[in-house]
Amino acid sequence: MANIVGVVTTIQGSVAGGAPIFYTKDREQLQKTAFLLEKVLDCAAHEVNEDLFIIVNRKS
Amino acid sequence: MSLSAGWVTEHKELIGVIMGTAFGLVSRLLMLRSDYRQYPAYPHGKIIHIALGLIASALGAIAVPALSDKNYTAITFLTLAAQQFREVRNMERGTLVAIDDLELVPRGAAYIEGIAVVFEGRNYLSIFAAFLVSLFVMLTGWWGGLIAGAFCIGVVFRFMRGTTIAHIAQVERADVRLDGPNLYVGDVYIMNVGLDENREIIAEDGMGFILTPKNDDARVTLANLGQRQAILHDVSTRLGVLRDDGDPALLPLAKLELKSGKLGLLFLPREKDKDKAFKAVTGVPLLEAAVRRPTKANRKSTEEGAHG
Repeated sequence: MANIVGVVTTIQGSVAGGAPIFYTKDREQLQKTAFLLEKVLDCAAHEVNEDLFIIVNRKS
Repeated sequence: MSLSAGWVTEHKELIGVIMGTAFGLVSRLLMLRSDYRQYPAYPHGKIIHIALGLIASALGAIAVPALSDKNYTAITFLTLAAQQFREVRNMERGTLVAIDDLELVPRGAAYIEGIAVVFEGRNYLSIFAAFLVSLFVMLTGWWGGLIAGAFCIGVVFRFMRGTTIAHIAQVERADVRLDGPNLYVGDVYIMNVGLDENREIIAEDGMGFILTPKNDDARVTLANLGQRQAILHDVSTRLGVLRDDGDPALLPLAKLELKSGKLGLLFLPREKDKDKAFKAVTGVPLLEAAVRRPTKANRKSTEEGAHG
């Protein structure tokens, strides 16, 4: 099963939970952070909405 | 040619064994052609299979004179050979599984099993060819062996062809379309792509195909995960693949449209020639493990029901 290993968002307080949450200033910063996390974690970044990305690990 | 006619009739058994072995080996060599699957491409892999093919054909060829000499225990050697060739299957499977982790687009277990079975089967084919040639030389003469050999090589070619995707599905090019983060091939949803950079790569280099199954049996085969992985692997081998390890967003994918059973294929090839891509998709072999005939099974059961 896929795991959410990170959450990136621009809206403070919009998400909560078990995965590490990264807050960014704006959408450009959001893309950059998600890109970095995707490369570092070997995971895929998916867009939930324009202000909220999740980093998903599909390798068990 | 003082020893020609008389010598040949006197040494029928020897001629049978030699011709049988030769034809068996030739048929194995024909079946060992390296094709786009690039396997086995390395010389040592070939040597292993040529040597095993030689042993197989020698066993098949010798069985006939041994039997005609009322040496019935000779047949037990064939069981020994069968044991040996099962080992070949294990060896091939072991090698392919070991290297599959290192492929950018893996073959998948079903494809590997298919290849391993083929390697075992081809040795039996060369035993069969050698046995038949040897038998005909013993029954008729060297010319009978030649005819049997030619027939066997014909059979070998028939076995090599196999069925492909083109037999079960209509293959069409389809547009790769991005709707926000959602990626579609034609109207089949593939995945959600988050990063702008990946979206650009996919929009620029992505290539899409829609495979429409020709009948209900084909639908089941296309839905098989092993068959889908085999398609992705073969196409990526033939067209190259634009990805690196740790880029799951750029993985070639095959997704089903559940209602119609259509299969959407997305890949990022290096070679963008449309005709080559089309040929690559249509030429993917059907895996034995994936082929089902549910319509046949259902028809039979309803008939049995009707007969009580």
